[in-house]
Amino acid sequence: MEQHPQAAGASPALPSGWQGLVADWSSDQRAFKVSWGKAMMWIFLVSDTFVFSCFLIGYMTVRISTTVPWPNVSEAFSLKIGNVSVPMLLIAIMTFILISSSGTMAMAVHFAYLRERGKAAVLMLVTALFGASFVSLQAFEWTNLIINEGVRPWGSPLGAAQFGSSFFMITGFHGLHVTAGVIYLLTVAYRLFKGRYEQSGNYQIVEIAGLYWHFVDLVWVFIFALFYLW
Amino acid sequence: MSAHPTQAGDHASGQQHPISLYLKVWGLLFVLSTLSYLVDYFNIQGLLRWFLLIAFMLLKGGLIIGVFMHMRWERLALIVAILLPPLCLMVFIGLMQAEAHYTYDTRGAFFSAPPTTQAAKPPGKG
Repeated sequence: MEQHPQAAGASPALPSGWQGLVADWSSDQRAFKVSWGKAMMWIFLVSDTFVFSCFLIGYMTVRISTTVPWPNVSEAFSLKIGNVSVPMLLIAIMTFILISSSGTMAMAVHFAYLRERGKAAVLMLVTALFGASFVSLQAFEWTNLIINEGVRPWGSPLGAAQFGSSFFMITGFHGLHVTAGVIYLLTVAYRLFKGRYEQSGNYQIVEIAGLYWHFVDLVWVFIFALFYLW
Repeated sequence: MSAHPTQAGDHASGQQHPISLYLKVWGLLFVLSTLSYLVDYFNIQGLLRWFLLIAFMLLKGGLIIGVFMHMRWERLALIVAILLPPLCLMVFIGLMQAEAHYTYDTRGAFFSAPPTTQAAKPPGKG
């Protein structure tokens, strides 16, 4: 038998049991040449993609299969300015707010890597403010739909009952993501202000938080096209 | 990635790109959103509506993933691991579309068939 000196003798004994399991999975086997935090965020985002896809595919299924006409979405989400009803205005404003928040977030990442943590923190605060205003507008939209239009998760006077369930499920889950994102961004911004990352000089946390935030924007792009404009 | 090697170089995994690029993408996203809004505003219907909405949606998604999330500067191993699994969803979409059309046809056959051929069932859910 051929001897493998490196495999057998030279390396220290491998830990066994649970410690061994952890060691085997975490030792030198590296596929992604990024930090573990960033890789984990990406993997989380892939799983979240599947969650949102399930909602959107469910929406597609009930919308195709219902025999009752789908409500005129454009009218349902119109906004009255004076006496003129502008279709989709609220949704358009919300879309632009979220895109702008993505822009400021990208700039925050830029300044974080330049180690200008003040600027980065302020830009993250602006991003969080955009996010908060998005959620507020969504609350306004929900209130309008529930109180004025009488839409419920189990029915809708505007048309097919499935409109209500799809709407509350999809936008509700997205709004929850935005809310969580605002808290996440505020936390990181606070830590930037405090100078927590100054010593290590590693500001990748901003990029990772940014990944999450851009993903929330990305999901909205799909909801905007598939739910509101379809 | 090499814009500021002295400051960010010790953390080479950091993504460093000029701010003008982000501003350009920001502007593009605004334009694309406005265009897709206009599709609704001018009430374009039919195949053209589908095509435009999907096209603008994918363009916006591509810009956000590619530039804002820095995907185009990542290594291929990561890109494949992230972008390939969601492609399975195409199969799921196809299956559910067939299923939904079948449900629709079944509802049409059973809920609205003339009473002579089929015992008329009350139209309702479930």
